[in-house]
Amino acid sequence: MTETLPGDAIPNPTDESAINAAVDQAVTAIAGAATLDELKAVRLAHTGEKSPLSLANREIGRLPKDQKALAGKLMGASRGRVNNALADRTAVLEAENDARILLEETVDVTAAPRRRRAGARHPLSTLQDRVADIFVGMGWEIAEGPEVESEWFNFDALNFKPDHPAREMQDTFFVEPPEAHLLMRTHTSPVQVRSMLERDLPIYVLCPGKVFRTDELDATHTPVFHQFEGLAIDKGLSMADLLGTLEHFTRQMFGDEAKVRLRPNYFPFTEPSAELDIFHPGAKGGPRWIEWGGCGMVNPNVLRAAGIDPDVYSGFAFGMGIERALMFRNEVSDMRDMIEGDVRFSEHFGMEI
Amino acid sequence: MRIPLSWLREFAEVPAGATAEDVMEELVKVGFEEEDVHRPTDALQGPVVVGQVLSLVKEPQTNGKTINWCQVRVVPEGAEQTLTGEGIDPSGVQGIICGAHNFVEGDKVVVTLPGAVLPGDFRISARKTYGHLSAGMIASVRELGIGEDHDGILVLSRIGLDPEIGTDAMELLGLYDQAAEINVTPDRGYAFSIRGAAREYAHATGTTFTDPASKVQAPEVLSGGYGVKLNDDTPIYGKPGCDRFVARTVRGVDPSRPTPPWMASRLRLAGIRSISLPVDISNYVMLELGQPTHCYDLDKLSGDIVVRRAAAGEKITTLDDKERTLDPEDLLITDDSGAIGIAGVMGGAATEVGGTTSNILVEAAHFDDVSIGRSRRRHKLPSEASKRFERGVDWHVAGIAAQRVVDLLVELAGGTADEAGTDVGTAPETVTIDLPAGFAAARIGIDFTEEQIVTSLADLGAAVDKVDGGWTVTAPSWRHDLETKEDLTEEIARLVGYDKIPATLPVAPPGRGLTRVQQQRRRLIQSLADAGLTEVLSYPFVSKAANDTFGVAEQGGDRPALKLANPISEEQGFLRTSILPGLIEVAKRNHSRGFRDLAIFESGQVFLPGETMGTESIPPLGAKPADEVLDALYDGVPDQPFHVAAVLTGHDSPAAAAHAPRVWDWADALDIARLAGDVLGVDLVASQGTHQAFHPGRAAKLSLRTGETVGYAGELHPKLLAASDMPARSVALELNADALFEAAPDVIVARHISTFPVATQDVALVVPAEVPADDVLDALREGAGELLEDVALFDVYAGKGIEDGKKSLAFGLRFRAADRTLTADEASAAREGAVALAAERFGAFQR
Repeated sequence: MTETLPGDAIPNPTDESAINAAVDQAVTAIAGAATLDELKAVRLAHTGEKSPLSLANREIGRLPKDQKALAGKLMGASRGRVNNALADRTAVLEAENDARILLEETVDVTAAPRRRRAGARHPLSTLQDRVADIFVGMGWEIAEGPEVESEWFNFDALNFKPDHPAREMQDTFFVEPPEAHLLMRTHTSPVQVRSMLERDLPIYVLCPGKVFRTDELDATHTPVFHQFEGLAIDKGLSMADLLGTLEHFTRQMFGDEAKVRLRPNYFPFTEPSAELDIFHPGAKGGPRWIEWGGCGMVNPNVLRAAGIDPDVYSGFAFGMGIERALMFRNEVSDMRDMIEGDVRFSEHFGMEI
Repeated sequence: MRIPLSWLREFAEVPAGATAEDVMEELVKVGFEEEDVHRPTDALQGPVVVGQVLSLVKEPQTNGKTINWCQVRVVPEGAEQTLTGEGIDPSGVQGIICGAHNFVEGDKVVVTLPGAVLPGDFRISARKTYGHLSAGMIASVRELGIGEDHDGILVLSRIGLDPEIGTDAMELLGLYDQAAEINVTPDRGYAFSIRGAAREYAHATGTTFTDPASKVQAPEVLSGGYGVKLNDDTPIYGKPGCDRFVARTVRGVDPSRPTPPWMASRLRLAGIRSISLPVDISNYVMLELGQPTHCYDLDKLSGDIVVRRAAAGEKITTLDDKERTLDPEDLLITDDSGAIGIAGVMGGAATEVGGTTSNILVEAAHFDDVSIGRSRRRHKLPSEASKRFERGVDWHVAGIAAQRVVDLLVELAGGTADEAGTDVGTAPETVTIDLPAGFAAARIGIDFTEEQIVTSLADLGAAVDKVDGGWTVTAPSWRHDLETKEDLTEEIARLVGYDKIPATLPVAPPGRGLTRVQQQRRRLIQSLADAGLTEVLSYPFVSKAANDTFGVAEQGGDRPALKLANPISEEQGFLRTSILPGLIEVAKRNHSRGFRDLAIFESGQVFLPGETMGTESIPPLGAKPADEVLDALYDGVPDQPFHVAAVLTGHDSPAAAAHAPRVWDWADALDIARLAGDVLGVDLVASQGTHQAFHPGRAAKLSLRTGETVGYAGELHPKLLAASDMPARSVALELNADALFEAAPDVIVARHISTFPVATQDVALVVPAEVPADDVLDALREGAGELLEDVALFDVYAGKGIEDGKKSLAFGLRFRAADRTLTADEASAAREGAVALAAERFGAFQR
């Protein structure tokens, strides 16, 4: 027996061709749905309670027992086909929909605002750290000291005789009153003296820091600048050890092609003394020799001032300018850029050097 | 020191074609840095020849000037003009217009012919002027670049010359010579002479040196000369101010004799102006031998010469016509009339040689370096003489130098030398140094041969005696810098060559790496940069007003600060006690360059004078001071804590499409300060702060948990911002970073992490408006007990629904137990405990 719905006959669940026709109708409708909304309507029409297949399914209960199994099998497979078609179409339409939404959300990435300000280190400070790290890697330690110093640490302990022209050549800032014998250190050498007084032997220290001379600011002079000085005190140190240390350092700094050249010079605190040139393979305008600092074997009077026996220990010392390194290494041509604090200067370097 | 090459050649083997550059390249090897090249031909090119004025016609002009139309013969009569070129007249006679009037027909002059180039790239060519074709120029010394006098033409007879017409005038005037200028280090006074430079050149090139001193025949003994007494009652450091005084007399000097061109040329290349023949001779000898000498007008001297210290208030008028008041420490040359010279620094005007001087007393003395240096500094009178005396002059050369001056006065000035002379003083003891065998090798790292050592030292002029275990070396009398075996070692290494030193790398003992403070400092700086701030540097020189404003919280306070005795600018004459004044200057500089959105920071030492300032005396060099002396030196050095400060102006980020930048405000300053604390593991307590540099209501005082104040953060005072032309609402912070480093925990003890569920409860409390939120937070923490994991303020409200003078603070409380899941009742009980304590302390009640 069969029942009919208005407008549509309920297919007989045992009538394979009728059922297949209903399934085909459903699959065609599913395939024809262009949007998820249309698909929803199709789904209701073909799988909803009132849909031909649902109604046919409901008919199975009324069938004689011997037909039930066959009808059940037919209907199960048929509904399965429809559901698969639905699932596939849903996936396709959802993917299309997602893609459309994402496409609609497209922005102009080139118009992105900078919400975070990129900070920056001052290159003198970064370079100073870089130098320190090389020496720390060699087992040296970093020593520091005050910028306003006692005259004794800055001059006398370093074998500057009270009336010697060398003392005057240091262009010293003195602190009032003169009777207090305080000054702004003209080099970081007072830190060497403090190190010798305070540390156990042997000593291998690097003393970086600010130093002061009464130079007016111009493209190549500044009254405040930065140095790093090295000091090694040990048994049997020679000028060859000084040269080897400088060579190792400059190669770390400027590459394996870098070289060091010593020329005779005079400093009260070293004897022998030397001017230090480095061969910089990456210098602007081609590899060349560049004057970078002074060095020498620590004068025995300096050792004596720190209570070290010059007959047992010897030492070497060297000193170079950080500003100068920044000038020839990073092609800074005007010293004023380093001290005026123009943010463009630091920001160009960022955190690197 | 400038070294004319023609002069150097007299005493060293300089190759014929060598340039000043070549000479400097040699000298730099032995330790003299290159300074400059002085070469007249760099600016002056010929043809420049001797010409004779054949005729001179004065032609008055309509402008009132009179010019001379001259016919000048530039090749000898009868000879052919061998020069060719535009404007060169084959007849050998040039027609030249000349505006100067200090010459007459028959004078021999210097003619720059067409084709010549004069200093200033002035090219000579034949040109029509004043109705004639003027083919060349009759030159003045100024036009030739050899003097300042441009009033007139150089008439050769006036400098004692009568050369053949057509002679190359550049050769005649020494203009093909050139000078190498080297930098002489302060230990090598002897190199301020041709004698020293030639010796060093010989060292550098391994060639022969001829000592100019050996060419002078000076008598062994002088007697019967002018009376000289050395009366130094107050020697400095026990050294007499004058330990040798040689006086020689020359009579009948012709004051009209000019300085010969060869001498003038060498002096000029050496950088010394020609003044008069006797003075030029004196300078010439100083340059050659390194011994300053002085010529007195013998007829103006009265009585014996006495070398003594000045009396208090004594005065002298020096050669530069300035009256100077002398210091009792000044060493003087005196006669019966009083001071006639500041020894070794400058002579007196009264006894100066002049246009009428015919009898001369020559002084060649040896003065103490320290004494001369002090006088020079005291009177600000740097002179060629003082420069040499301060660096040490050879005691033994004084008699030779005096003789050389005498010889030249006789030869060039027509004088007659008195046989009698004076030589008083005591020779210093010779310096002998023990040089152990093997010492130089060990110190340098070169295995020097015995020959290298002995030859090097002998080349210097030292006497070397072999003794057991090494050598005894007697330093040459001109090498005051050689006192120790280290000094000799440098000399050996220098002469063998620093380029022979091998490189060996010593290994330092295992190090400890960066110290904790060094690591903290790096982390602090890096964190601020990472947080978006830009690190800058500024000078530590500030005004008193800046220190008084930024260094003290209370208005009107006077900030003790270190004052510089010789600042670059008097206004910025103090050392900073705060970093902010410098940073504000940097901010303003950036503003003026168009950058108004800034976040800048600086770290560095500030300078705080303590109760003791320095030490009254300084211990001597070369010895370790006693412990208590060292302690005093340490204690006298002012406290210089390491600070960090930041200034923020304008916006936090650049304006951009779809992005509204935020204006930096007081909370940003506080936030950055707290960040600085966080990265160091230090808990900073903020409380309402008052500091005259900051907005009275928008500044936080930052303290450690111990109560110690470590800095301020907030909005800068509106008046201060307006006065310093800074954008309104700019904010700043400054922290004593050393105090933070110190407060950082040594070891962080781990906390138990409970995995039991969290219970959160919010509470809104109404409290009097003036109660700081932080205090309420503290009360909640304390009242809630140990179940409270965290509490945060998430809203502040005042206005409708809240009584006037009160505010509502909303807090989120997060509870968790270490060992169980909290019940709602437990959490509520804890919250009530928190509220109860807030109520008790501040009268807080729940909304």
